[in-house]
Amino acid sequence: MKNNMVTVIKKEFRRFFTDRRMVLTTLVMPGLMIYIVYSVMGTGLASQFGQEEGTALQVSVENLPQGIAAASKGTPLEFTELSGGQETDGALEGLREGAEGCDLVAVFPKDFEKLAAAYDKADGGDAPAVRLYYNSVQTDSSSAYDMMEEILDAYETSLANKFDVNPGDEKYDLATEEDMSAQFFSMMVPMLMMVFLFSGCMAVVPESIAGEKERGTIATLLVTPMKRSHLALGKIISLSVIAVLSGLSSFLGTMLSLPKLMGGVQYMDASVYGIQEYLLMLAVVISTVLLIVTLVSIVSAFAKNVKEATGWVTPIMIVSMLFGVMSMLDIASQTGMAWFLIPLYNSAQCMGGIFSLDVDVWNVAVTAVSNICYAGIGVFALTKMFGSEKVMFSK
Amino acid sequence: MRELLKVQNVKKTFRVSARQQKIQRTKERTKVAVDRLSFTAYEGEVFGLLGPNGAGKTTTLRMMAALISPDEGDILVDGSSVVKSPDEVRAKIGFLTSELKLEEFFTPNYLFDFFSELHGVDKATAARRKQELFGKFNISEYAEMKVANLSTGMKQKVSLVISIVHDPDIIIFDEPTNGLDVLTAKTVTDFLLDLRGRGKTIVVSTHIFSLVEKICDRVGIILDGRMAACDTLENITAEKPLEEKFFDIFAEKAGGTYEK
Ligand SMILES: Nc1ncnc2c1ncn2[C@@H]1O[C@H](COP(=O)(O)OP(=O)(O)O)[C@@H](O)[C@H]1O
Ligand SMILES: [Mg+2]
Repeated sequence: MKNNMVTVIKKEFRRFFTDRRMVLTTLVMPGLMIYIVYSVMGTGLASQFGQEEGTALQVSVENLPQGIAAASKGTPLEFTELSGGQETDGALEGLREGAEGCDLVAVFPKDFEKLAAAYDKADGGDAPAVRLYYNSVQTDSSSAYDMMEEILDAYETSLANKFDVNPGDEKYDLATEEDMSAQFFSMMVPMLMMVFLFSGCMAVVPESIAGEKERGTIATLLVTPMKRSHLALGKIISLSVIAVLSGLSSFLGTMLSLPKLMGGVQYMDASVYGIQEYLLMLAVVISTVLLIVTLVSIVSAFAKNVKEATGWVTPIMIVSMLFGVMSMLDIASQTGMAWFLIPLYNSAQCMGGIFSLDVDVWNVAVTAVSNICYAGIGVFALTKMFGSEKVMFSK
Repeated sequence: MRELLKVQNVKKTFRVSARQQKIQRTKERTKVAVDRLSFTAYEGEVFGLLGPNGAGKTTTLRMMAALISPDEGDILVDGSSVVKSPDEVRAKIGFLTSELKLEEFFTPNYLFDFFSELHGVDKATAARRKQELFGKFNISEYAEMKVANLSTGMKQKVSLVISIVHDPDIIIFDEPTNGLDVLTAKTVTDFLLDLRGRGKTIVVSTHIFSLVEKICDRVGIILDGRMAACDTLENITAEKPLEEKFFDIFAEKAGGTYEK
């Protein structure tokens, strides 16, 4: 009878791992879904902001100045001369209706270059005007407008060049790529992980405790001579393993697809993290999952059914997500060790620290140890509850 | 004869929840479910606890199975006290009610092994018992089917078998034939008689007179948490059939009328 805890764990694993639907929905789907959603979102964002290769943007121009034409070399802008009057009106009409073949209408005054060079603000009078007509609803039109404006800005600057800021291709942002990756991950990961870890627990714990209570199968275990503590520990351990796996699945999906979400930005690279970060992360994740599983188990043992359990757990879930968001926005970040005794807050802060490559290992230790202690107290409480007729056989 | 089960002055009071107050249309905050009840079951006997709904039968059996503990008094199960050593008690008995369910995901085969392990039965013994019990109840055919796919009767048979994986000497059975079709009910009563034949001590609760007449050696009539009469079936039915005797006692205790 001493090995009843192992027997319970084996049963829980069998229940979970031989159920294809369960494995699919709690282990495979979260990671896969996150990967797919983030990747698709990333590709979508990239095509929103970036111009697709090869498609030219059609610009109809009146009086195209030589200098502008030269400056547009190498951009996707393709110019067609307009003779003004009716032809220009026709082009504007096409643009208004979003017709193909014209993304931008640019109207330069005659002899624009001379006028521009001659214009002196001190003399007063209006500066020569360039009119750019576009249609902001059309992506191509917006891009053409942005591009043309940029070219004109550069042209204007070149006319009166007194000084340059950051000239050439030199790298002026002295932050290392490592730092930039780290900053990005440390913002996103804690919040996402708090959500994923909690939803991993929610997927299995209420079902396994409140569900078994509701269906009367836990009472069948309670009539056997098994120790209540064995049942409590067996449940917590097996559920934690499953919840950690589910959390890891989400984590993997996130780490692999976050760079894609950011539209393939060069510096986004999870390889800046070494084995030490991942080990620390594992310590935080495991202790956090133990704590959450225990919390949700206790709530589930009080509840009459799965629905009630899920309802009661929601506030805790919101608090833990809040801690994640606080870590993301860097609100109430503390470095004092005592702060790392606060459950859930400590997990979010630690994850933020680990991913920003700036973590106090002692704070991680305090977090892991205190979470495990809380979980231990929780297991004790759960044992009492399994032994309590008021909880298990109430009417 | 050895006194295998001694119920000594047990009392159990429940708090009545607000929800229960509404359902039972009562303002009472507490309910005395079992009120200083005593009786003894002897080795090799079938003891029947007979009483109407709400009399306190289930509560009494749960106390005997050490699932809930008495507020007062004690129950000795083969010498072990439900108050002092509930684990010992649970190891000595097989307890079954229709409220105990099996996890639908698993097969009878797996569940038998699982509960054998929980009871500390060694593998060889468990395998032998499984073959014997599955054969007796015609479960073999369904041994590899998920419980979810079994008929109600088959589920009940599997539950019964699993409650006695450890071959207990004492079997406590709450409403054994409740909700069963006639065929399964017959299998169950036959099995109880078979167990008695093998020297087991059995306590059943029921509100069905014919079941008591068929299988019990000794009867306790429980009304409103109290033992109204307790004797051998023979003595109780000496003058009148069981049913008539029961209503006589009921009328006497309930103040001359049993219109309810
Ligand atoms: N856990 C409980 N909480 C509150 N009241 C209960 C509880 N269990 C039983 N009772 C009450 O105790 C009385 C006896 O119930 P029970 O032992 O189930 O009777 P029986 O099995 O004879 O029908 C009933 O009035 C029932 O409502
Ligand atoms: Mg009952």
